[in-house]
Amino acid sequence: MSGETVKLLGHWASPFALRVIWALKLKEIEYEYVGEDLPNKSPLLLEYNPVHKKIPVLVHGGKPIAESLVILEYLDEAWKHNPILPDDPYERAQARFWARFVDEKCMPSIMSAFTKKGEEKEKAAKEARENFKILESGLGKKQFFGGESVGFVDIAAGWIGLWTRMVEEIADVNIIDTAMMPLLESWFQRVLQVPILKECLPPQDKVLERFKGFHKFLTGGSS
Amino acid sequence: MAKSDVKLIGAWPSPFVLRARIALNVKSVEYEFLQETLGSKSELLLKSNPVHKKIPVLLHHDKPICESLIIVEYIDEVWASGPSILPSDPYERAIARFWASYVDEKWFPAMKSIAVAQDDEARKAAVVQVAEGLALLEEAFQKISKGKSFFGGDHIGYLDIAFGGFLGWLRVTEGTGGIKLLNETKTPGLLKWADDFAAHPAVKDVLPDIGKLAEFSKVIVAKMRAAAAAPAK
Repeated sequence: MSGETVKLLGHWASPFALRVIWALKLKEIEYEYVGEDLPNKSPLLLEYNPVHKKIPVLVHGGKPIAESLVILEYLDEAWKHNPILPDDPYERAQARFWARFVDEKCMPSIMSAFTKKGEEKEKAAKEARENFKILESGLGKKQFFGGESVGFVDIAAGWIGLWTRMVEEIADVNIIDTAMMPLLESWFQRVLQVPILKECLPPQDKVLERFKGFHKFLTGGSS
Repeated sequence: MAKSDVKLIGAWPSPFVLRARIALNVKSVEYEFLQETLGSKSELLLKSNPVHKKIPVLLHHDKPICESLIIVEYIDEVWASGPSILPSDPYERAIARFWASYVDEKWFPAMKSIAVAQDDEARKAAVVQVAEGLALLEEAFQKISKGKSFFGGDHIGYLDIAFGGFLGWLRVTEGTGGIKLLNETKTPGLLKWADDFAAHPAVKDVLPDIGKLAEFSKVIVAKMRAAAAAPAK
């Protein structure tokens, strides 16, 4: 298994690709990174992910796997070193639950707050705050979602505080409310202090520029 | 394990609940089925799934597990001595999870679009989308089943359960719309798979009666259409 090459098709600004990079680094898996120049999708990407045509795609020994959370589970099963998911089935179910909650509830509401205007924007921001409050209940008083050290949910969502701050700045909304979610807010900071996670972060000024560009395009320029 | 150790909160028409029931049957797990009444949510459900307030919820020694595919994986891991639901090879597991995710995130929403379509044109467009999805799933089936009856090979597996949960609704959609979504020309593999799946011992007693489901779907579809037509608040 360890003899076969690992390739990651990603994009420098993608938080979904970042999840996979974090997992690869934490599990000390050697890999070759192939940066896609989106929206010009390479023939390789189209061949490896014909269904969604999206990054990230992990290619192991020539065999492709798409969908970031599916890739995380694959990495954990194919490489036993430094497990990401806990051993206990109930704890595993909890980890999967919260990772999905981030993708199915948190992300869409934050995106809505980013792209909408006026009353709809405020409504989306409120929903995003409530979703973060709910996410906090999955963290509780733990240092990380994974307990004493980072795990599946930390890897899946560790970037979200940083990304949300950018959304708040550009779209002029409030989503991270310290009074409402003190434990989650300190996790936002703590998780990005973990050296392996911190050093993989893309240049934040470039991500901010990119977001600003999207915002202009999606909202027609004015908020 | 005592029957009361395992409870499933659910409702007979739900494709998601069906997934959990089939998984429990595959493992021959005895459980108590707590049927929810349509239109109201029990105290137990609200307490067990405060985040989504949805069925299914598996209660194992009173600890709740939510989200149908997460429940199926949990069942596979806890009752490890029973027949495996997920394949043993990590790559095959990834492929099964990928397609299950596709079914939930792309294919089923397209199915729902058929039901809520406000006019003929919208309905036709939704049917095309569903058919395209089925073509992809047919191709996946041919590759994954390797000539056997199920996605899981000789035995039903994760993807059979994930996709098969929707079989009843697929049949109802075909009947209501007078369309053959699974057919000999475009989806010969899935056409046979559907019959084999429906006849499987772990499935046949829990698959909802199609007539009953068709009647029920009228109520649900009317609600969905009303919600879709109502202006966004």
